Amino acid sequence: MLAAGGLTLAVPGRTLVVDLDLRLAPGDCCAVLGKNGAGKTSLLLALAGLATPAAGTVRLGDAPIASRPRREVARRVGILLQDETESFWGTTLEYALLGRFAHATAPFGGDAAGEAAARSALAEVDLAAHAEQPYRTLSGGERQRARLAQLIVQSPEAWLLDEPLAHLDLGHQAATMRLAARLAAAGGAVIMALHEPLWAARVCSRAVLLYDSGRFQEGPVQDVLTQSNLERLYGCRLEPAHRDGTPLFLPAS
Amino acid sequence: MRRFAAAAVLLAAPLSLAAALWFGSVDLAPREWLETIAGGGSDTSREIVWGLRAPRALAAFAVGALLAVAGTLLQVLLRNPLADPTILGVSGGAAVGAMAGLLLAWPGWAVQIAALAGACAAAGALLALALRLTGWNIHRVLLTGVAIGAACGAVVSLLLALAPPGRLHGMLFWLLGDLSGAEHPLAPWIAAAVVVAASQALAPRLDALALGTLKARSLGVAVGATQTVAFLAATIATVAAVLVAGAIGFVGLVVPHALRLAGFGGHRRLVPLAALAGGALLTAADTLARSVVAPLEFPVGAVTALVGVPVLLALLARSR
Repeated sequence: MLAAGGLTLAVPGRTLVVDLDLRLAPGDCCAVLGKNGAGKTSLLLALAGLATPAAGTVRLGDAPIASRPRREVARRVGILLQDETESFWGTTLEYALLGRFAHATAPFGGDAAGEAAARSALAEVDLAAHAEQPYRTLSGGERQRARLAQLIVQSPEAWLLDEPLAHLDLGHQAATMRLAARLAAAGGAVIMALHEPLWAARVCSRAVLLYDSGRFQEGPVQDVLTQSNLERLYGCRLEPAHRDGTPLFLPAS
Repeated sequence: MRRFAAAAVLLAAPLSLAAALWFGSVDLAPREWLETIAGGGSDTSREIVWGLRAPRALAAFAVGALLAVAGTLLQVLLRNPLADPTILGVSGGAAVGAMAGLLLAWPGWAVQIAALAGACAAAGALLALALRLTGWNIHRVLLTGVAIGAACGAVVSLLLALAPPGRLHGMLFWLLGDLSGAEHPLAPWIAAAVVVAASQALAPRLDALALGTLKARSLGVAVGATQTVAFLAATIATVAAVLVAGAIGFVGLVVPHALRLAGFGGHRRLVPLAALAGGALLTAADTLARSVVAPLEFPVGAVTALVGVPVLLALLARSR
């Protein structure tokens, strides 16, 4: 559905990823791991068609994503952005409803189906009680969940999540990861930048590790998420632990 | 709060127009006024109400609507809460043209054309310097507009310094905003209808754009096209308002903020309410400006600030 070919990503003065090939198919759940500044966000932005790669192309279906109208892209590819500095003056419900833009046909008048979708999305992220509350009065974690609800309203085929667990408490982290697994099980293609290999091992089938200086490694989680790989990735010593067959790595004290 | 505010705006619009027809330098008895409104009354009262006050009230309403909608658009477009119609330097350009015309004692229509030429020159300079060279880099657009405005302000100061005392009064009134020459409400109403319709059509896109350009694109908004249309609509609104009434400040800044503080975040409601509230505010301010010390007149721009500031401060104090 979404395929990157020969993708090279760079920011001024630094090359992040060189010649990456990546295919996302329905049902995929892929983790992107790497240090701060390794290029996780750049990769997701390029996959969403929101940033032009230094080389290579991203194809959505059979055409380059850059050649498709944004509205059509937004119906098929949704991205949870890492930060939104802009203020929003409306209620949480109105915020979630913005996800409807790519689907809405009537710019004037109400959108009953959209409002129902927004309410059920807010319920899904445990924000139903905050629907009428001004968005700007939400806490950091609640805003993160409102962003997720907006993406659910957008209901794309490919879900690009940039640090979906940021600001979330442990309970909502687990709920968000269950949601990601459900989306993939329901035929969505999920790729998410994570900082916690545990969630990648539990939820994802594949992982992309972005090392320094443009190198990367991609493959099934059980092959890629090894102690030596992760120590090299994060540049710190790890201690292994096992529970129910899922490998766990804790920073060595 | 929202319902109350919406009801207040919807009531204020007709009330401000009715008050504008009633009050003025000539006192009308309530009965006489009612008879005239109903189509009767004496020749004199008909001339005062329909011949003098109605065109000016309607022009004031349209100008207020234009300024408020221009401010709403620019605050989203430039993502700056301090943006108002003066920020792009367009009204500064118009001021330079108008001051030159007034200094040379040109007739009214020639002053209008000079103001239009000045506004077009400033808008053209902004397009050429900021938009063509850098695309939609918001900070460049903002700084370029402020720089053009500052240059125009300097030229205006020079022209004021050169002006003989007899012409200074008219020049100052133009700069502070003056509706006494507004006899033809049709043109600003057409401009207001076009700008409000365009902004209303853009409303969902503006909602998304308020979250940032990257976010708006991710939601499916064609950001470049939206910014261009919104910029053109804001410029047309500013130029139309300035040509009718001079440089009236504050309406474009305060009306959108007051409505946002009252709970109207979405542009589908914000745009039409801003148009009505801006129209009502300027009509009421102009009625005060010409009736409080009649037969003298205050500059309406000073009155908009005196009426609008307490409303904004009260809302700021009450909101979280």
